Amino acid sequence: MPHALRKLVFLTCWAVKRCFAGDAPLYLISPARKKHITGKIVLLILAQQRIFAVEKFDSTLVPSIFAPESVPAHSISHLAGFVLAITGIIFVVVGGLLAYAVVRFRRRTGDDGTEPAQIYGSGPVEAAWTIVPILIVVVLALTTARVVHEIQDARQPSGALEVQVIGHQWWWEYRYPKLGIVTANELHVPVSQGDTHRPTFLDLRSADVVHSFWVPRLAGKTDLIPNKINSMWIEPERTGLFLGQCAKYCGTQHAKMLLRVSVDTPEDFDRWVKAEEQNAEKDPTVAAGRLVFEQTACINCHAIKGTVANGRFGPDLTHLMSRDTLASGVLSNSPENLRAWIKSPEQFKPGVLMPAMNLKDADLDQLVSYLTTLK
Amino acid sequence: MNGTANTSELSGAMPSRSILASDKNVLDHIHAWLVTVDHKKLGLMYLIYGLFFFVVAGIEAALIRIQLAVPNNHFLTPQVFNQLFTMHGTTMVFLVGMPLIFGFGNYLVPLMIGARDLAFPRLNAFGFWLSAFGGLLLYFSFIGGEGMAGAGSAPDVGWFAYAPLTAKAFSKGHSTDYWILGILVGGFGSVATAANLIATILSLRCRGMTLTKMPLLVWLNLIMCGMVLVTITPLTAAQIMLLLDRFVGSHFFDTQAGGSATLWMHFFWIFGHPEVYILVIPAFAIASEVIPVFSRKAIFGYPAMVGATIAIAFVSMTVWAHHMFTIGMTSTGNTFFVISTMTVSVPTGIKIFNWLGTMWGGKIRFETPMLFSIAFVFHLLFMGLTGIMLSAAPFNWQLNASYFVVAHFHYVLVGAIVFMIFAGVYYWFPKATGRLLNPRLGKWHFWLFLIGFHMTFDTMHIPGVLGMPRRIYTYEAGRGWGILNLICTLGAAVQAVAVLIFVWNILISLRKGQRAGADPWDAWTLEWSTSSPPPEYNFAEIPTVKSRRPLWDIKHPTDPDWKYE
Repeated sequence: MPHALRKLVFLTCWAVKRCFAGDAPLYLISPARKKHITGKIVLLILAQQRIFAVEKFDSTLVPSIFAPESVPAHSISHLAGFVLAITGIIFVVVGGLLAYAVVRFRRRTGDDGTEPAQIYGSGPVEAAWTIVPILIVVVLALTTARVVHEIQDARQPSGALEVQVIGHQWWWEYRYPKLGIVTANELHVPVSQGDTHRPTFLDLRSADVVHSFWVPRLAGKTDLIPNKINSMWIEPERTGLFLGQCAKYCGTQHAKMLLRVSVDTPEDFDRWVKAEEQNAEKDPTVAAGRLVFEQTACINCHAIKGTVANGRFGPDLTHLMSRDTLASGVLSNSPENLRAWIKSPEQFKPGVLMPAMNLKDADLDQLVSYLTTLK
Repeated sequence: MNGTANTSELSGAMPSRSILASDKNVLDHIHAWLVTVDHKKLGLMYLIYGLFFFVVAGIEAALIRIQLAVPNNHFLTPQVFNQLFTMHGTTMVFLVGMPLIFGFGNYLVPLMIGARDLAFPRLNAFGFWLSAFGGLLLYFSFIGGEGMAGAGSAPDVGWFAYAPLTAKAFSKGHSTDYWILGILVGGFGSVATAANLIATILSLRCRGMTLTKMPLLVWLNLIMCGMVLVTITPLTAAQIMLLLDRFVGSHFFDTQAGGSATLWMHFFWIFGHPEVYILVIPAFAIASEVIPVFSRKAIFGYPAMVGATIAIAFVSMTVWAHHMFTIGMTSTGNTFFVISTMTVSVPTGIKIFNWLGTMWGGKIRFETPMLFSIAFVFHLLFMGLTGIMLSAAPFNWQLNASYFVVAHFHYVLVGAIVFMIFAGVYYWFPKATGRLLNPRLGKWHFWLFLIGFHMTFDTMHIPGVLGMPRRIYTYEAGRGWGILNLICTLGAAVQAVAVLIFVWNILISLRKGQRAGADPWDAWTLEWSTSSPPPEYNFAEIPTVKSRRPLWDIKHPTDPDWKYE
């Protein structure tokens, strides 16, 4: 018995260490670590400090719908507050009546066993609890209709930025048709501050299945549906990074179709546009790497402006290094991660449509050094 | 053989049958259940079938919850996670909800209207076996499937299987075909049983039981069955179209060839939303029997209860697109569905108030069925209010497909339906078996399940508000979702313990439970007038009734109900 117990404790500690120890990014957990399912069950039953310690997070990155930073999100959050207040009152009143009835009309000890007075109904009372809810519904419906109209039928001002969002399994393509920019996964939009209203109007399409664009602090979600063009708009009032992710189940990697919206100051945004409009850098010192890129199947799916690569199935890589993350928000963008990702995408995003290219290590190194020049 | 037959003819059936009974071995018993057309046996088989899959889908839910307990977990692969939530949802709706409500309907309706069986007993057996084999076909996919993830896999397209994810291009292999066929076959069974129950209720009521004197459970089953006939049809049509897409190359939903993804959504939700009411109306039905008996009062506002249910049935068929506020309908379209959806809250409110009115002034006995029913009324209030939030389209643009929605509909499906299924089992178990379920274990079951339920599903609303979408196999740390998900998972564990207690209670009470007698709850409807368990023919003599509570009239000859109704 003590032996078995010791073994259990040892196993648990080991599992804890293997699964959750250290501050290494969790997406870098090796496949070997994933195999110890028994250890993990024990771990989950007994839990451990990391679980009970308060999760550390930057509250500005929590995508709460009640922390709006954009015009439509504000309207929604106001409406939500109103609906919450009314439903809250109903909850307290009716819940209170229920609690009162249960306590007040319980059968007492020493009950004489007779049946209580039988009441079959009451016209006036029933009329009252039909009419009052109808009035509440009228108020709620009118208020809601107003907000629907306000958001959905808003006119697009002439200075608005237009972006096409195209959903793919499992990444986001952004095209700025008037600026000639194509990028992926990280959307850049200008802030609307003071008197300069510069909303961004998104038109939403899908290349394959149904997706949904949801950045809670900027606006409600809208679906991206094949053969249908939807639209929505945002008007952010604060600069910064806003997180979201695909909200409609779109297949195996639905969970890792993350969204990052960077709201820039007008100057930063213009700078970003200038940079993105450029063709890809042609650094002669990495010509070998570019050759690897151009001579393998990479170019079937990826485009790099100014080269022969014009594939459209995968993200545009012209300015890959201007992005903070890889693989739709799954990995932070560093040369090591980029190398690991190209070598084995399946390890980070099982089911991903990008195949492992089985490059020789030397070729892989050259390819990565080429890609890291794509500023 | 001839001799035996002659003897039994001469001596009358009863004695020889009892001799034969003692000769029966296990196989004979199994055979008797397999070939039965008796509504009580079929009803019990529906219930056992439903409770079995309840445990199966519960295990799937537990695995899902373990995976989501902490951020970036690797307990399940994405492929397996996606199969589990697809199978959990499909199972709970089609292999748990539907069989359980038809189990109660089958068992109780003839007993409550003083009939000897359903109108078409053989059709009844046919309906049951279609549903049963539909379920087996669905689960066979674990062996024969091959979905997005490759060989040997169950469906992984989600329980509402949005096109074009179900198209051949995105769902190779046959897992989606098993999903389609399993539901299609089960759907035929549901339609058969619904038609059968309607015919029974309309034509086999005992003398004196006019439509306005039927117990509410019978009324609500009648309405529910009418809804089944209307709403299973579009689902069946859509499934056949999807099969054609997948096998013949038609393009109803095949967007790559110009098909429409939103067409599937409309087809599915015009079934899917009324389906929620198909499941919850029988829960209302059970509550409408249990609450009066344990409050010792007649149901308050019987005509309003029937009227409100009919209103819910009609209105619920006009609200389907509130599942689709985010698909880019026009503002006018959205507003229409806002109004129709909010309208449902009026008849639902009437029902809550009528149950309150029934308890008001009563002498409430806190037996296990009543505990579950009181919790049910509370949950119905809560989920009605979160439903109003979801019906406000702009609010819905935020909450749609988030964990808030998951919490909301689990409040409906667990907080209302499962709670009332438990209430119904505790209430009628003595009728079906002759023995009471252990009340001590019943209270443990109730309180643990209640605590677990609230831990899981109250908490689950919050990650939705914090931007967590449903159906994700894992999530990033640092979004504030971790602790909340952990609490949900711990709550699920508490619920699992409660369900184990429930199963244990059934097993020991079957053998050792206290003998119930015909009428253990001092109740008022006809099923309590016959022995427990009832004989095969239900009633030695078909009863005659004068009011909605015939046993009340017998127990209170000086103050019968029919004087007031």
